[in-house]
Amino acid sequence: MKTTQQALRALVLVLCACASACANVAPWERGNLAKPHMALNPDPMQSALRTHLYGSREASTGGGAASGGGCGCY
Amino acid sequence: MTRLRLALLSVMLAFSPMQTILAAGTVGEAPNCALTAIDNAQQNYALKQFRGKVLFVDFWSSWCTPCAQSVSFLNEMNRDLKDKGLQIIGINLDEVQDDAKAFLAKHHASFTVVADANQQCAKDFGVEAMPSSYLVDRNGIIRYVHLGFRPGEAKEFRALAEQLLAENPVRK
Repeated sequence: MKTTQQALRALVLVLCACASACANVAPWERGNLAKPHMALNPDPMQSALRTHLYGSREASTGGGAASGGGCGCY
Repeated sequence: MTRLRLALLSVMLAFSPMQTILAAGTVGEAPNCALTAIDNAQQNYALKQFRGKVLFVDFWSSWCTPCAQSVSFLNEMNRDLKDKGLQIIGINLDEVQDDAKAFLAKHHASFTVVADANQQCAKDFGVEAMPSSYLVDRNGIIRYVHLGFRPGEAKEFRALAEQLLAENPVRK
């Protein structure tokens, strides 16, 4: 029982230590994230076309990637 | 069991975006920001110096696509409403000043453009998105906050600015 509690305490400490790395990125700090090469989808138009073709061939649509980068612009 | 709950609570607190929660709620008196001209760091501005005018404070960055779209709208509003008492201030938040200069060389801005070098003004306003616009009345009170820019909203923006321009300042 004591070992379990100690393990739990250690786990909480480790989790808290890891959480300290989670930081909010302020809207004005997203310049690098907004760069085109940071986008998950490098060519949204091509992906949209491919998804459209896939949909028309298969008569179904899959979960396509969203366009845009990480600037978080509204 | 209590200890387990306490442990879970501490984990939840550690992960919760407290800063976001604390930054919310920006309507009130506009902060008096210290700003510098974008092309001349020696030229300083303070937001309070525009008291008595209706302020349209727009936070922007060069990498923000909607910000680029909003420039022509802001130019238009500046041209039409400047004489009626509207002061448009574009506050740049670029981390690299040369990016802002390159942006301005491409998108001519006829309104006042300043830099918030240490981002303190953005923090004081509680900027949550790019672009963020604040309409401040003649008494220095933030009356409208708007996140983002979509061309369809230009008319609404303008109507709000005109509404504030029609109001008289309260003498203190």
